[in-house]
Amino acid sequence: MKRVYPDKEYCIGCHLCEVACITAHSRSKDAIIAFREERTKDGLTACKKVFEKGDICVAISCRHCDEPSCVAACISGGLHKDPETGRTVYDRDKCVGCWSCLMACPYGAIKRHPTENKIVKCDLCEGREGGPACVAACPNQALKFEER
Amino acid sequence: MLFQPINKNYHEFCIQRDPELCINCKVCVRQCSYEAHYWDEARQKVMHDNSKCIGCHRCEALCPTAALNIIKKPSDFRTNSLWRPVFLQNIYKQADTGGVLLAGMGSPVDIPVYWDRMLLDASQVTNPSIDPLREPMELKTFLGAKPRKVEIETDRKTGRTTLKTKLTPQLELDVPIMFAAMSFGAINFNLHRAMARAATECGTYYNTGEGGLHKTLYKYGEHTIVQVASGRFGVHRDYLRAGAAIEIKVGQGAKPGIGGHLPGGKVNDKVSETRMIPIGSDAISPAPHHDIYSIEDLLQLIYALKEASEYKAPVSVKIAAVHNVAAIASGIARAGADIITIDGMRGGTGAAPAMIRDNVGIPIELALAQVDQRLRDEGIRNKVSVVAAGGIRCSGDVIKAIALGADAVYIGTATLIAVGCTICGRCYTGKCPWGIATNDPKLSKRQNPDIAARKLANLIRAWGHEIEEMLGGMGLNSIESLRGNRDKLRGVGLSDTELDILGIKHAGR
Repeated sequence: MKRVYPDKEYCIGCHLCEVACITAHSRSKDAIIAFREERTKDGLTACKKVFEKGDICVAISCRHCDEPSCVAACISGGLHKDPETGRTVYDRDKCVGCWSCLMACPYGAIKRHPTENKIVKCDLCEGREGGPACVAACPNQALKFEER
Repeated sequence: MLFQPINKNYHEFCIQRDPELCINCKVCVRQCSYEAHYWDEARQKVMHDNSKCIGCHRCEALCPTAALNIIKKPSDFRTNSLWRPVFLQNIYKQADTGGVLLAGMGSPVDIPVYWDRMLLDASQVTNPSIDPLREPMELKTFLGAKPRKVEIETDRKTGRTTLKTKLTPQLELDVPIMFAAMSFGAINFNLHRAMARAATECGTYYNTGEGGLHKTLYKYGEHTIVQVASGRFGVHRDYLRAGAAIEIKVGQGAKPGIGGHLPGGKVNDKVSETRMIPIGSDAISPAPHHDIYSIEDLLQLIYALKEASEYKAPVSVKIAAVHNVAAIASGIARAGADIITIDGMRGGTGAAPAMIRDNVGIPIELALAQVDQRLRDEGIRNKVSVVAAGGIRCSGDVIKAIALGADAVYIGTATLIAVGCTICGRCYTGKCPWGIATNDPKLSKRQNPDIAARKLANLIRAWGHEIEEMLGGMGLNSIESLRGNRDKLRGVGLSDTELDILGIKHAGR
């Protein structure tokens, strides 16, 4: 399956992928409204995070692992592996906010929702034309959406 | 208001942030290597300090909501045509520091650009133009000494012909455009790799500059011109044999008569290994080569390098365009150089004393015309190829340079612009926000060699197409037919002296 692969060699730590992620997952699909209103009111947050240490930075989001630890750890069935697409799918309604997945994920790619007892996780911008928004926004092609 | 020193308030740029658009995402804060943008904890928003802005436009380019504009500071000194603001600012700076003013990139002074005063011919009914989309066009260029005549031998039995004349080594270019000398150190490894890849892809050459050649780039050697400058950094047998040609750098258009200085801050482990100098040490190239004090000395070095490369690589000599350049070029040709590169005063550099950059040298157009004419008058034009450099901005400049007598051109600043350079002129600080003139690992990774190589190759390809179009318009199907063909040029608004030096007629004649 196609995944988002980050390249730490060329990640410039601009965090534009996070801006793109927030915009793509907003109701308005408008960066300004998403940042100003939806982020503060609804707790809209990016499902990816740029980790930085010294000169090194890398943008991490869900790896959609073949055998995901988060799915194994999920007590409510809120996370499951879609056998057809290969994606690790999150069902918000089933999530009980126990944070088991958060602890199980070896990449630190699952976040807590800032205002609700839910998690935030990459859905590869399902349904978005042109693939994940973060990949399209990366100014240095440090994110690649491809099959490896 | 708190007291500020005079320099602080006479800064050049202002950052305009549209509060309606700014989302405080801090992309500008992360991208500004001069820390002009910052996160203000007390106000809980992104703020900026105009006095730190150098006008690189990086923040503007990456701002996701286009909230930023970088403008010249609108306040101005009292109008005075003699004491222009630049002179006042320079004096304020020097009164503070007592130092030589440094500058990066080519001279911004308002000296005439003769390219803009020359126009090309176009075919009409008497000689038809050629459609480059339907007819083959030839941009192939060979650099190196050409034989006076070519002798061919025919085998009586087989009837097969062979070339009897022994040709000297040549550089074969698919387009008459090469990437100019920019050293590894002055620019980073990502860009060196990108230039090597683009040159290979486009069938042209890039020049190492005086920084040696990193071992991992030896595989691109067939498209590399290795440079030997006064500091001899990175010069050894394998290096000399790795390239397709060797260039002796005597002078540089941006700073004629001035040596080079790579600040220690730019010398990381990779640069240190390639240049053969300790990490963190300044690399100073003296202005003169201490073994060249005459044309005879130059001849010795040329032949020493030819020996070192077993006469397989043509040797080029690069000089700055200065007074009496034609006589100097004639001497270089007679000293055995295969290629002469002339670098005009608008050439770029990582660092130069501002006064030298803006006041020394001559425009490449005048130098080129004079060199070509002199070599022809002396009957030795075939002995050397002439490469023009220093402020070539577009394919129009390239084609005019060739019509004026150049065999090919080097592009340096245009190369950097292709990968994002905005000519902010702060290359010497090592904090290039575009990740070009820096070896800071955090900044140099802003240049992804995959993207950079593609952009550079696109630029060469685009200029190549434009050159074909212009050639076709002139009714020529080969760049060879244009070389030194000054009848294809006309001057506009030039004095008789300028027309005479350029060797062209005025438009209308």
